[in-house]
Amino acid sequence: MPPLMSLRDLVKDYGEVRALDHVSLEVEDGETLAVFGPNGAGKTTLLRIMAGIEAPTSGRIYYRGVEVDGKGLAELRRRCTMVFQRTVIFNTTVYKNVAYGLAVRGLPQNEVAKKVKDALNLVKLKGYERRPARRLSGGEQQRVALARAIVLEPELLLLDEPTANLDPETASIIEETIRYMNRERGTTVVVATHNVFGMGKVAERAILLMNGRIVEEGSVSDVLLRVSLRDAGFSMLDNIFVGWAEPTPNGTSAIDIGGGVKIEALGKRRGRVTALIPPIDIIVSKKPLDSSARNVLKGRIVEVSEAGSTVRLKVEAGRVFTAQITETSLKEMKLNVGSEVYLTFKASSIRLL
Amino acid sequence: MIGEACSRMALDILEGLRRAVELILSGDPSVLDATLRSLYVSGAATFLASILGLPIGMIIGSREFPGRRLLRGFFNALLGIPTVGLGLILYLILSRSGPLGALRMLYTPSAMILGQALLVLPILVSFTANAVENVEREIKDLSKTLGASELQASLTVFREALPSVSLAVIAGFNRALAELGVALMLGGNIAGLTRVLTTTIAMEATRGNIELSIALTIILLSIVFALSSAANVLKEKLEG
Repeated sequence: MPPLMSLRDLVKDYGEVRALDHVSLEVEDGETLAVFGPNGAGKTTLLRIMAGIEAPTSGRIYYRGVEVDGKGLAELRRRCTMVFQRTVIFNTTVYKNVAYGLAVRGLPQNEVAKKVKDALNLVKLKGYERRPARRLSGGEQQRVALARAIVLEPELLLLDEPTANLDPETASIIEETIRYMNRERGTTVVVATHNVFGMGKVAERAILLMNGRIVEEGSVSDVLLRVSLRDAGFSMLDNIFVGWAEPTPNGTSAIDIGGGVKIEALGKRRGRVTALIPPIDIIVSKKPLDSSARNVLKGRIVEVSEAGSTVRLKVEAGRVFTAQITETSLKEMKLNVGSEVYLTFKASSIRLL
Repeated sequence: MIGEACSRMALDILEGLRRAVELILSGDPSVLDATLRSLYVSGAATFLASILGLPIGMIIGSREFPGRRLLRGFFNALLGIPTVGLGLILYLILSRSGPLGALRMLYTPSAMILGQALLVLPILVSFTANAVENVEREIKDLSKTLGASELQASLTVFREALPSVSLAVIAGFNRALAELGVALMLGGNIAGLTRVLTTTIAMEATRGNIELSIALTIILLSIVFALSSAANVLKEKLEG
């Protein structure tokens, strides 16, 4: 059985800029592949080429062993569907949005209605059919976009940062839906993300893309481990630390992650570990919190960047931590670059590889 | 002294308003004639300009070709062309000794339609190009990845741009309806033939027929306001 899709030596140039630099990749039928990489690494370009909406400058694409040429692109687009990072919604009802792909395929009305209903149930938007889609919240719109893709039951589902800038509830609905499509319907999934905490859990295999090149490939935990060992990894993926773990008497491990910082994680571990801390699990405060959380660090904000309705803070506290807070909190606490803050997170928030 | 003049003017206007309403309610033939001709001439002009302008706007908004920016700049520059200027140029072209004099079009409704069509064409082209450009790439990619053919994707782009395009058409019609320069220069304000709302208002006011002018102005303003409101409602409807 040939792989579902093989990419051979893909190059994509935008003028002077090389977005993809000799990328070769195989996607097996039924797998979930994560494409990690920093912004600008070429993740979106790779997905757009796989989706057949962008042509590579050079290189070959095979679908189930058959080379995809100019004529095959339309056929490829009927089998693969991409969900874009920036949610695009047709200016009409939720129903017509989700039904679009079925309608252009000429499916009979009653079949369309049934499939749309199923898809909306999956993304937990039951009964939203007649609502004007553009009036929905950002998270709901992203779920409409996902429903619009899965309603087609594509063989290959390509997702570009599907949970970036979403509230945790929406993100988990989307993760669940993707997992369901993969496990129950056999949909092959390729998901590009710089968020290893959400989609990293869904995928089995991963590649790391940097400057248009695949630099790591393997199981998700292997790739993450190797990412964290790379110098570039530290700045690229947030809150990944490699350290030395020692078990403590109270059922946790103390991990020395360098820079004079020790963090406490659940589980008795000894030796070298990779620790991941979701930015959203880190509480930022101006004064030390009176809480049961095992980890409290004092630091200084070195960078503030917007990410949708939330704000990402980089905090130097021996090591650089990334915390994600709402814009409102940022304003209420009057935080800025240089502000002194406390970071608090639970031992159970830390994921050890 | 000034107070007296003011109050006399206010009385004149009030009297004018009263007579104007009477004229409208009685279905005065000259009022009806000018109104219907205005609607016909400006409607036909907008229709003609749409047939030409919407496709041009779609192409400028969605395709890359040499000279695209120049063409765009050209239409943008024409957006504010003075109506009298355009009227004069066309007058010279259509007059007996002009290059198209043989067509004998000057002082006919056809000449007015042609002139107003050229006047509103830049509005339709520029607005449509903008509307299409705003949605083009994202909507096209989305349609295609959902399985649409090139043609289906283009139609979807147009449908997404439709609320803005329909506003452009109505704005164009309003500009044609409300302009005086082209209608006067090319129509000549001939009673029963080329007399429209704006030309009648201008002429009757100078003749001292204030109440007729006011009656026609009320009609003109009503049409423009009604259309603008309808356009807003339509846009909201189309945008769901």
